[in-house]
Amino acid sequence: MSGYWTGILTILSINVIMAYAIFLPVATGQLNLGGAGFQALGAYTAAFLSAVAGQSAWATIPAAMAVGGVVSMAIAFPLLRTRGVYLVLATFAFAEVVAGAILNTSELGGAMGLSVPEYLDYPVPIIAAILVTLFVFYLMATRFGLTMRACHDDDVVTDLLGVSIRGVRVAAFAIGGALAGLAGALYAHTFSFVEIQSFNASLSIYVLLYVLLGGTQSALGPLFGAAFFTLLPEVLRAVLPQVKGALAGLFGIQGALSPPDESWRFVILGVLTVLMMMYRSEGLITRTLIERLKPGRHPASATVEEASA
Amino acid sequence: MLLLQQLLNGVMLGSVYVTVAVAFTLTIGVLNFLNFTIPTLFMLSGMGAWALTKWGLPLVHTPPFPWPMALLFAIVVTICASLVVERFTFRYMKTKYGDATEHAIPLVSSLGFLLIIENLMRIGYGTEAQRIAAFDWDNTITVGGLFLRVPQLVSLLLALLLVAGLNWVLKHSRIGRGLRAIAENPDAANILGVDSRRLVPVIFTLTGVLCGLAGILFAINYGEVSPTMGEDIGSKAIAGMVIGGLGSIWGAVLGGLIIGIAEMLTIHFFGADTVQVAVWGLLLIALFVRPQGLLGHHSIGKGKL
Repeated sequence: MSGYWTGILTILSINVIMAYAIFLPVATGQLNLGGAGFQALGAYTAAFLSAVAGQSAWATIPAAMAVGGVVSMAIAFPLLRTRGVYLVLATFAFAEVVAGAILNTSELGGAMGLSVPEYLDYPVPIIAAILVTLFVFYLMATRFGLTMRACHDDDVVTDLLGVSIRGVRVAAFAIGGALAGLAGALYAHTFSFVEIQSFNASLSIYVLLYVLLGGTQSALGPLFGAAFFTLLPEVLRAVLPQVKGALAGLFGIQGALSPPDESWRFVILGVLTVLMMMYRSEGLITRTLIERLKPGRHPASATVEEASA
Repeated sequence: MLLLQQLLNGVMLGSVYVTVAVAFTLTIGVLNFLNFTIPTLFMLSGMGAWALTKWGLPLVHTPPFPWPMALLFAIVVTICASLVVERFTFRYMKTKYGDATEHAIPLVSSLGFLLIIENLMRIGYGTEAQRIAAFDWDNTITVGGLFLRVPQLVSLLLALLLVAGLNWVLKHSRIGRGLRAIAENPDAANILGVDSRRLVPVIFTLTGVLCGLAGILFAINYGEVSPTMGEDIGSKAIAGMVIGGLGSIWGAVLGGLIIGIAEMLTIHFFGADTVQVAVWGLLLIALFVRPQGLLGHHSIGKGKL
């Protein structure tokens, strides 16, 4: 495989893991706008252990997941007392505090960043992404996954049926935090360098948007969202010059046009987000769509089976 | 004396936050909608003013505007953008039959608009920070050994005037009564004859005016604009709004000033790098200890959105 494709697959794998990290809280009905903060925790844990303590990746990656999971669990208790707008603001604020704290810790390189000695090649993130995907699919198929969906759809009724909503939400938040830590550790080991500027508010926004675009009703949604968002710039790189050339021909513009800009990807993501929220706010992949695409199964009988399972 | 000067600077800095925070608190208080396009509208106004004075209108190639006209035009552009945002985000608010995340539809599409406007600006005018030529009335006066920059003083007074005016409109005018009725209970307001479809654009026009004004005041004060200038100001305005209390206009004023002063004092005592930790730590503490904010009403934002 050429370096171009391995690079794309690495980024895709990290994005998929990150998407699932945000998907789990969202699937229980909590928007997490602090993804970058949790990813930064994992990335810096791995980078610090690898660069300063000289640990191998077999130790740094589990440590990063543990830090991500424990920290998100610790803050989940006060954080999840808040709801709606307050929760969005609190997660956002948490990410900013993490960024600020790292920026002011000289042991972590501050604004200079940290270089990571141990390099992991592309098979590692790909295998990790596949494992995470399988894990989330499994999780959503268990009874716990069912209660997560129930918390999302109607928390009052779920509470009345004897489910500890807070417990489910804290657990989902903590597992999400651990996955974000994993994504961060993989980022540190494949890019060989971490700096806090890469974990900014925009990253949190992108991750949340492509999870919501993909759809939060099933575990397929984030996979599609992350894949689409990662592959879009590559498609644009091929298509945009031709579109620009055609436009130039149409308007009779002479001379060289400016090269296609990375910014177009975000404009397209923004336009798609707005359109999606207008016409299909539940995201691209929904449970109804999955049922309809399954051959030989009637949606009505499927819901009966699910209910009795 | 130095400390007093820093306090004064904090108040001046806070006045920019105040204007943006009031825009945030207005949409949350009345419409229950966290409008994430507000920082970009602020940026649009500042960058717009710069682009107009330097190049004139895009696409039609007019000559550069003289600056008073450019400033006015930038505010108009911002108001128009704000109304476009209303058309494509808030109209799709569904809260009645929704599940736990469905209420966030306008919030998410406003994040989409944030990406659209900011990146179109980058494509059009580049990503670098641009200097605005200083205006000739940019001078410093000294009062009792304290330095005061006139544009900053003007913007503080303008911000306070605007907020006081807004407060009066909300309290005493027919439009304001309608808006407060919507904030209280949209359905009951509609039954009693408040036309929310005509009043909602008023909120977004006000948002445009506030952000537009804040943007050009920032551009005049600091002489520099960039496509990312909204991010920092926007997030600090959010922090100010939360500390003051969601939905409370005077709370937003107080919170914005507190953030401005906290920022200057942190720089004074600990250096510029710790500002982020101080501001966001303050916000996190406020969220945990007193979620309704200093002057906020405890019912807003609780249970609803």
